[in-house]
Amino acid sequence: MTDTDTRVPGPDDQGAERSDGAGTRGAVVMTLEDVAVAFGGRTAVRDVTFDVHAGEVTALIGPSGSGKTTLLRALNRMHDTVRSAEVTGTIRLGELDVYGAGVDPTLLRSRVGMVFQRPNPFPTMSIYDNAVAGLRFNGVRKKALLDESAESALRAAALWGSVQDRMNAHASTLSGGEQQRLCIARALAVEPEVLLMDEPTSALDPIATKRIEELVVELKERVTIVIVTHNMQQAMRVSDRCAFLLMGEDKAGELIEFGPTAQLFSEPSDPRTLDYVNGRFG
Amino acid sequence: MSAVVDAAPGLPADPVLERRRAVQAAAASSLRRRKLWSGLALGVCWAFLAIAVIPLVAVVFYVVSKGLPAWSVDFFTKSTVPEGVPGGGVWNAIVGTVVITTIAVVVTVPLGLVVGLFLAESDGRIAASLRFTADVMTGVPSITVGIFGYIAIVRNFGYSGFAGAFAIGFIMLPVITRAGESAFRGVPTSLREAALALGARKAVVARRVVVPTALPGVLTGVLLAVARGLGETAPLLLTILGNQYLQWNPTKPMEALPILIYNNSSQPYADLVQVAWGAALLLMVVVLVLSVGSRLLAARLRKERR
Amino acid sequence: MTVAPATVERAAPGGRRLRLPDNGYRWILGVAAAVVAGLTAWFLVSLVVQAWPAFDTLGFSWIFGKTWNPSHGAYGLLPFILGTFEVTAIAVVLAVPIGLGTALALGYLVPERTRGALSTTVELLAAVPSVVYGLWGLIVLAPLFREYVEPFLTSVLGWTGLFDGPNQGVGLLLAGVILFVMILPTMVAISRDVLVVVPDEQVEGAMALGATRWQVLRKVVVPGARTGLLGAFTLATGRALGETVAVALVIGNSPYIAHSIKSPAATIPSLIVNNFGESTGTELAVLFAAGLVLLVIGIAVNSVARWLVWSTAGSTAGAAVP
Repeated sequence: MTDTDTRVPGPDDQGAERSDGAGTRGAVVMTLEDVAVAFGGRTAVRDVTFDVHAGEVTALIGPSGSGKTTLLRALNRMHDTVRSAEVTGTIRLGELDVYGAGVDPTLLRSRVGMVFQRPNPFPTMSIYDNAVAGLRFNGVRKKALLDESAESALRAAALWGSVQDRMNAHASTLSGGEQQRLCIARALAVEPEVLLMDEPTSALDPIATKRIEELVVELKERVTIVIVTHNMQQAMRVSDRCAFLLMGEDKAGELIEFGPTAQLFSEPSDPRTLDYVNGRFG
Repeated sequence: MSAVVDAAPGLPADPVLERRRAVQAAAASSLRRRKLWSGLALGVCWAFLAIAVIPLVAVVFYVVSKGLPAWSVDFFTKSTVPEGVPGGGVWNAIVGTVVITTIAVVVTVPLGLVVGLFLAESDGRIAASLRFTADVMTGVPSITVGIFGYIAIVRNFGYSGFAGAFAIGFIMLPVITRAGESAFRGVPTSLREAALALGARKAVVARRVVVPTALPGVLTGVLLAVARGLGETAPLLLTILGNQYLQWNPTKPMEALPILIYNNSSQPYADLVQVAWGAALLLMVVVLVLSVGSRLLAARLRKERR
Repeated sequence: MTVAPATVERAAPGGRRLRLPDNGYRWILGVAAAVVAGLTAWFLVSLVVQAWPAFDTLGFSWIFGKTWNPSHGAYGLLPFILGTFEVTAIAVVLAVPIGLGTALALGYLVPERTRGALSTTVELLAAVPSVVYGLWGLIVLAPLFREYVEPFLTSVLGWTGLFDGPNQGVGLLLAGVILFVMILPTMVAISRDVLVVVPDEQVEGAMALGATRWQVLRKVVVPGARTGLLGAFTLATGRALGETVAVALVIGNSPYIAHSIKSPAATIPSLIVNNFGESTGTELAVLFAAGLVLLVIGIAVNSVARWLVWSTAGSTAGAAVP
């Protein structure tokens, strides 16, 4: 059975314009302008301005407490349920102001998906039901589309081989690494334009971690990825661009530097970035 | 809300893009229905919350409005009188309730707490089955406890306050045991181990470390158990017989507030029903004060300990 | 924290000097546990022993007999068994949806600051003595049911055939409703306990996929807590089965099988409590036996319930509501 779902990546040429799932390569798919998040008046992260480019992996790096996860969660409006949370600045998905007046967060999240730190498959659902859960939440009922999306997503997550014969088994029968890949498949099945990943390998063993990292690089053709990682080496391995955040004196995280990964790690403009990538503080 | 990038001309249609279009179409078209449904369902939950709160308000309102007029100096100082006779009260019932509950508490609380301590410190099969038994016994039909009190005490010694205390105590015991175990388990093991490491005997550790730290939880549990014991009627109906005269001696039949309320409720005489309301108000106030008070006390003690 | 002064010999665990005082401590604890276990055993045994004459004399078929007429030697328990289950069924049918909805509201919808106060209010319903509910039901609700509720329900639902007969106020319906009010706090408190322990990461996972709030509750939270919810339901049922005085006051105490929801009826507890004083001989033994039947049902239901709740939310859940 030939796999026509994921385009075979061509030679890596930055300037070439291709279209595929993630969009025209190099185009800007999300912009952040002066973004800040505060909880009950206390700022957690501020002064964040950068662009997320299509078909790339953008990593948010920095020591713990620098607000990386808080910032990530602002991108798909996960702070909406926290009463004391306040997000300021502008976040755009394409032309759309994510926090604009008429925007429904539910619909936004079908375009910006998320994978969490610890694998969280729904325990009462089978593997199949987990994979199509997002589609069903969004009102998709046609079995043909559900089946097609499930298979495509599970293939993309390198899980199809292991589970295709036991789609009705419970998700808990999978190992930790497999469960995380199921969660990735679940998010992919909705065909989002952007996939947010919050330290997706920190709860996994080294082998599973390696597989997920390989997956992330494969997936960027299909969906733009923004990944939070506290592991510098991981950022170097998987990302195209990096945003380095650091906690300031006011205990709020701020964006220190943003740029292509290779450049950030070899010749950063800010001395603090240099200190971080040289491991002078954790 | 279309932000899908179109395939460049000349390239075959990308299945990913096709599916994305289909998903977005389904999401957009079903959004209104989904939001409506969600709002409706959540609204029903809110409505149910209101329904759950209404009976409490209604009961409190009626008991207060009908019971308060019954309260008077006589009400609290005189014993019950037959229908038609003015100037009676519920003093004998108050005395009976207090005596019976006191005896039950004095016997049951130490016993229950010691067993609770046992359960908190043991993890074997025996402890597990005892714990399960205590849990199940908290829900046993109270009428069967009354029957037990009748068989054990009344058959041999006649109707008496002691029989009532026995039955009420039997109901309170599992509640205190479980509450005690919870409270003692809440004591951090580090505290206990530190004391043991310093060479203290287990009994001393229990007395000086475990018990004081668990005190808020224990107090809450005891007060809640007492509140529960005060409200039990069925066991008393079968064990104390009732008494229209003042009786302090627990070896004799006594009166108690719950059975007074029960007996008067179905009487066709308005003055007797009035007494029932007054007694119900008294009972309800005491029980609610104990329940709320125990929580506040526990919170207070926990704060002071910090 | 003051502790007894340590001596070198005492520091060794299990050392000979240490054993006696600690043994004494363990001994006291053990004795107390044995006393409690013994009491429970005595309880069960004495009930069986006292009920035995009824089974000896009458066999077992009387449990399912339809007629209760002691003066003619008829001891059919069926009307009371049915009455017990019917009144419990009404209470549970009302308590499950309303209890679940309330628990969801308290666990996920109400603003965090007011959660504690509202939960306490609902739980306080459990503290009100059952006899007070009985009084309130008889004097306040019965006339309301007779004048308004029953005529209304009969006109709307009479076609089901469940609402035949005169509107008397007292009867199965009123008893069921009072019982519903009494078991609601149990249902709500335990349901809420098991609903809120569904891990946040699953709730967030569903939200991040684009689910509406209700979709999250319905597809992730409630299924995630279903074992515990079953336990809450069973526990509430157990409480309803054992309730005596509130039901006895408002059920009308008629020893016949009810043919309509509005009929007066009776339950096993109401039977016992009404006839205990004047019974002797066989009738008394039958009442003991009826009590035993009730106890067996009650213990069975409660055991299943506690086991279900324990396996979901740990062995401390539901401790606040006995």
